[in-house]
Amino acid sequence: MNAAGVVRLSVDGEPVAVPAGSSVAAAVARVTTRFRRSVRGEPRAPVCGMGVCFECRVRIDGVPHQRACITPARDGMQVNTDD
Amino acid sequence: MTERYDVLVVGAGPAGLAAAQAAASHGARVGLLDAQARHGGQVWRHDVRRGAPRAARKALDALARRRVEWLPQHQIVAAGRRTLLAETPQTAVRLVFGALVLATGARELLLPFPGWTLPGVTGAGGLQALAKQGWPVAGKRVAVAGSGPLLLAAAATLRRHGAHVLGIHEQAPATAVSAFARQLWRWPARVAQAAALRATLAGVPYRFGSFVRAAHGIDALEGIDIEDAHGSRRIACDMLAVGYGLVPNVELAALLGCATDDAGTHPRVQVDRMLRTSVANIYAAGELCGVGGLAAARIEGAIAGHVAAGAIAAATDLLPARERERRFARLLARHFALDARLRALADGDTVVCRCEDVALAALDGFDDARAAKLATRCGMGACQGRVCGSALAELGRFPRGGFRPPLFPARLASLAAADLSLPDSSIPDLST
Ligand SMILES: Cc1cc2nc3c(=O)[nH]c(=O)nc-3n(C[C@H](O)[C@H](O)[C@H](O)COP(=O)(O)OP(=O)(O)OC[C@H]3O[C@@H](n4cnc5c(N)ncnc54)[C@H](O)[C@@H]3O)c2cc1C
Ligand code: FES
Repeated sequence: MNAAGVVRLSVDGEPVAVPAGSSVAAAVARVTTRFRRSVRGEPRAPVCGMGVCFECRVRIDGVPHQRACITPARDGMQVNTDD
Repeated sequence: MTERYDVLVVGAGPAGLAAAQAAASHGARVGLLDAQARHGGQVWRHDVRRGAPRAARKALDALARRRVEWLPQHQIVAAGRRTLLAETPQTAVRLVFGALVLATGARELLLPFPGWTLPGVTGAGGLQALAKQGWPVAGKRVAVAGSGPLLLAAAATLRRHGAHVLGIHEQAPATAVSAFARQLWRWPARVAQAAALRATLAGVPYRFGSFVRAAHGIDALEGIDIEDAHGSRRIACDMLAVGYGLVPNVELAALLGCATDDAGTHPRVQVDRMLRTSVANIYAAGELCGVGGLAAARIEGAIAGHVAAGAIAAATDLLPARERERRFARLLARHFALDARLRALADGDTVVCRCEDVALAALDGFDDARAAKLATRCGMGACQGRVCGSALAELGRFPRGGFRPPLFPARLASLAAADLSLPDSSIPDLST
């Protein structure tokens, strides 16, 4: 986090800034409505907001299947959707 | 790595915080863990704009003066005798305890209806939680629907974050909600809370006997069909926040062998008046013992923490307060009972298991969850049936059950390192 209380990260290669204390989900939502595809290929996005439903899974710094809603956004994170 | 505690508390919501504080006040070495990065649980969740509520800050200050070790981002994935296995983003830890207080809270009850899997459809408390953690809702048209007082709390948070709340659609009929409101005077703190919510929500329509029949959109939500006594109408919206009440998180307790009370649709952990579960040295407090709200969670947390540290007298003093709050919980359950029509919203094509994309019709002919799971993969995905299992229980298809480790998808390495002597057959697909 920098002095302005803003966290800067990238989502699918796009730079995003969110207020300090935000989740990765909040950053992804600024770039796309689709977090992942279901087994049948449908677009999906967060539902429960509390780590239970697993619909918000994204790749964070190369690690797949991380729950965006319970992961705090940090400076320099590389997030990828639609794995 | 192995850590040892006299008293270990799982869940840092109001119940877990109170338990840690009470146990530590008797000199016990206490560990307090949560899967989330911050304390607070659901109701005291930190808000990026407003910080933590005052009551939460006070509870945290009190805790800071005690011998309590805070273990954030620790998710319990498996359990053995007097041992839990926690996974953190980096590693896995074995936690050995003398006494254990379970304060795992509750999740929202989400019911399937056509279109409910579209991006933009969330839980009601779900969108509240997302917004508190920075999810952009400013200027968005949001419909809030489902049942219970949580809808008002969620709508208030959304409005404070700049959302355009189109309306709150409560499925319970007006007669039931006003009968509930007439009883509220017995709990003065609740009257004050309700008044504050009404002030924040001035101008937002609050409709009764009203529910969402379907959601529409191509790649994301565009509109919903609302049904009430006057029929069905379509409204355009960007987000739908819909939740039908709460379901106790009993999975860890069940895995530890604690008996559950299965008389209702959703199991809750069985406790005696001192909050002892059926397993020696394991206590439970808060929503997992039956949905009771913030005040009940705080009192029960304190009781369980005192008892876990061997201080029976301190716990006994709190029993009348607990009984009073549990009465409130029963009142709530009675007046916000779900309309039978909500159980018939999903059609044969509606996906029920979101993890494995299993449609409702695929479950026809099965009468137990295990057989359905083996044949269709329903409930076998990452959420391990927390969403579809509770929904199917509510729909009257089959009761939720069969809690096996790991509780959450875990890294194989953590399970191997844990050496909790899990039988091989109990380790499902760990492709995550
Ligand atoms: C989404 C949501 C929003 C809500 N909002 C409000 C509100 O605005 N106002 C209100 O009065 N009530 C609200 N409630 C009701 C709420 O349940 C209670 O008011 C109160 O939070 C209950 O406290 P608790 O300590 O029992 O549980 P919780 O506050 O739910 O805390 C339980 C904690 O346990 C943790 N946990 C669970 N399982 C594990 C595990 N296996 N490993 C590690 N950690 C685990 C969770 O991460 C959580 O932090 C909400 C409920 C939900 C589900
Ligand atoms: S939104 Fe449900 S797990 Fe993240």
